[in-house]
Amino acid sequence: MSLSLLSRGEMQFDQLLQYTLSGLSTGAIYALIGIGFSIIYNATGIINFAQGEFVMLGGLFTLTCLDLLKLPIWAAVPCAVVASTVAGLLFERLAIRPLKAPTPINLVIITIGGSILIRGLAMLAWGKDTHSIPSFSGDDPIAIGGATILPQHLWILAITVIIIIINKYYFYYTISGKAMRACAYNRRAAGLVGIDVRRMVLFSFLISSAMGAMAGIIVAPLTMTAYDVGVMLGLKGFCAAIIGGMSSGMATVVGGLLLGILESLGAGLISSGYKDAIAFIILLLILFIRPQGLFGKADSERV
Amino acid sequence: MKKIFAVCGMVCTLLMYATMSFASGTVKIGALFAVTGPASFLGEPEKKTLELLVKEANDKGGINGMKLEAVIYDTTGDATKAVQLATKLIKDDKVSIIIGPSTTGESMAVIPVAEKERIPLISCAAGIKITEPAKHWVFKTPANDHVAAEKILNYMAKHKQKSIALLTVTDGFGASGREQIKSLAKQKGFAIVADEVYGPKDTDMTSQLTKIRGIKPDAIICWGTNPGPAVITKNVKQLGIKTPLYMSHGVASKKFIELAGADSAEGVMLPAGKLAVYDMLPKNDPQYKLLKEYDLAYKKAYGTEASTFGGYAYDAWMLTSAAIKKSGATPEKIRNGIEQTQKLVSISGIFNMSARDHNGLDLSAFEMVKVSNGDWALIK
Repeated sequence: MSLSLLSRGEMQFDQLLQYTLSGLSTGAIYALIGIGFSIIYNATGIINFAQGEFVMLGGLFTLTCLDLLKLPIWAAVPCAVVASTVAGLLFERLAIRPLKAPTPINLVIITIGGSILIRGLAMLAWGKDTHSIPSFSGDDPIAIGGATILPQHLWILAITVIIIIINKYYFYYTISGKAMRACAYNRRAAGLVGIDVRRMVLFSFLISSAMGAMAGIIVAPLTMTAYDVGVMLGLKGFCAAIIGGMSSGMATVVGGLLLGILESLGAGLISSGYKDAIAFIILLLILFIRPQGLFGKADSERV
Repeated sequence: MKKIFAVCGMVCTLLMYATMSFASGTVKIGALFAVTGPASFLGEPEKKTLELLVKEANDKGGINGMKLEAVIYDTTGDATKAVQLATKLIKDDKVSIIIGPSTTGESMAVIPVAEKERIPLISCAAGIKITEPAKHWVFKTPANDHVAAEKILNYMAKHKQKSIALLTVTDGFGASGREQIKSLAKQKGFAIVADEVYGPKDTDMTSQLTKIRGIKPDAIICWGTNPGPAVITKNVKQLGIKTPLYMSHGVASKKFIELAGADSAEGVMLPAGKLAVYDMLPKNDPQYKLLKEYDLAYKKAYGTEASTFGGYAYDAWMLTSAAIKKSGATPEKIRNGIEQTQKLVSISGIFNMSARDHNGLDLSAFEMVKVSNGDWALIK
C-alpha cells in the first residue's frame, strides 16, 4: 500500500498535512488532560487516575446545562466547568484529605476507586447512551492547503493555548502559584515557611478538575460524550504527561501534541490497527529509557 | 391419634396442593443479559422487553393456563460470569429455557453448558459462530452479519460500485463484519482496496479516511456500533469525501442520526431491521402490525423508542411462547417446538427454523435505507 501511495506524490503532501492537523487537534486535548495529571502530581506526589472522569463530567454537565436548563452555549460552558470543579473539590475533601496514612500507593488506589465511583454515578445520572453536543460555531469545514479542519478544531487549539498561558502566569506570577511550585519542590520545606500544604493540594484539584472539564467540553462536539469516555482520554493524557516528564508546563504540552501527531501519522502511514499500540509503545519506551521525560534533566535523589 | 390423622391430612392436602400447582404450573424462563457494562446498550432494552412481555402474558392468563416467571440475571458482558449464572439458572432456579446472552463472546462460552445440561438456549447475539454449524440446543434471533453485508453488496452491485474501502471497529462485531464482507466480496467479485480499522473508543478517524480518500474507492463500508460510526460520518463530511458511505445494521436507530447530526448523516446508507423503519413499510407488510404494537407498548412502559436490540429478546420470547403453546413446557419439548418454527412473524423478521438452520432469517429481514432530512427513507 505504501508503494502505491508514494506513486501519488502530490497527494502525499495533502495527506501528510491532514494527518498533522488531525494529530495536532487530538494532541491538544491530550495535552490539556496531561497537564491536569502533572499539576496534581506536583502538588501531592500522586497520580490522580480520576483525572479522565473530570473530562467526562465536563462534557456531560454541558449537556445537562444545554438540554435541561436550556442555557445558551456560552453560559453552559462556564456552568459545566464550575460543576465539575465542585465535583473535583468534593473528591479531594471526601476521599483524599481524610486519609490517615497518605502514602502514595494508598492515594493512587483511592483515585482509581474514585474514578470507578464517579463513572458509576455518571452512568446512573446520564444513562449509558452516547450524547452529542452542538459545535460552538457550526460544522462547515475550513480548507487549509489540501487539508480540512472544522471550526471546533480552531476552538480546541485556541482554548488550549489560552489555558496554557493562564497556567504559566498563575504558576510564575502569583503568590499561590509560587506556593504551589514550592510544594512541588519540597513539601516539608514549603510547610516550614508557612505555606498551607493541604490547601495547596485542594487548589491543585481545583485547577486540574477545571482543566479536565474544559478539555471534555471542547472536545465533546467532535467526539460525542458518554459516561465512559474518561478512561481512554485519561490514559492518553497520562501518556502525554509521562512524555513531558510530569512537568506542568510546556513539556507536557509538547508531549501531548507529539503523541497526537504520531498516532495520526502511524494510523495513516503504517496501519490504523497499531494506532493505540503506538501511544503505549512510546509510553513504555519513555519509562524504560528516559523516566524523567523527553525533556527533563535526570533527578538526583538527595539524602 | 386424632392429632396424627390431622397432621397426615394436612400433609396430604399440602402435597396435593403442591402437585396441583405444579400441574397448572409455572414455567420458569431464565435470561442472561448484559444489563450493565460495555454491552449495556444491548442488555438493557432486552431485559426491559422481556419483563414487559412476561407481564403481558401473565395478565392474559399465561400460556395454556400456565403462569410464567422470568429469572433475569445481569452478566455485565463478562463471559465467565455468564457461565456461572447459566449454571445457576439451570441448577438452582431450574429454568426450562435460557434467553440470552447478549454478546457473541458470552454466548460462545455458555453454549457448552446448555448442550451438556440439555436446556434450550436462544442467544440474542449476532455472531455467526453461534448457530453455524447448528448445535442441538442452541438458537439465535439476530440475523447473521453476513445477511446484512450481503444486502449492502447486492445494493452496490445494482449501482455498479465495484471497489470497497473497509473501515471496521476492532471489537467482535467489527471483526466478524470485516471477515464476512471480505469473503462475500471475493465471491461476488468486488475489490477490497483499503482495509482500515479503528478502536471502539477512538475519537478521530480522519487519518484512516484521509488514506481512503487518496485511494478513491467506489464506496466506503463502515462496520461498528455507536459512537464510532457517528464520528466517522462527521469526519467524512469534514474531509469533503463524496464517496457513498455505507454503515452496518449496528447503527440502525435514530440515535445515530442524532449523534452524527442530520447534516453530516445525509445520504448515509445502511441495511436496517424493519423495526427502525416500520412506519414507512407498506401497511400490508406482515410484520407491520407487530412492530407498531411493540414500539407503542415499549414507549408507553419506558418512555423511549423500542430498539432493534430489544427486538432480539422479543423474538426469543415469541419463539419460546409459541413452542410452549404448541409442544409443552419441558426443556426437550420447548427445543423441539422452536426447531419446528415455521413462518413465525416477529420483530427481526419471519422465522423459519429447521434442523440445520437455527437462526431462521434471510435477506428479507433487512431493508436498505438512506438518511434523508434527518430521517430514514427506504431505497431500492
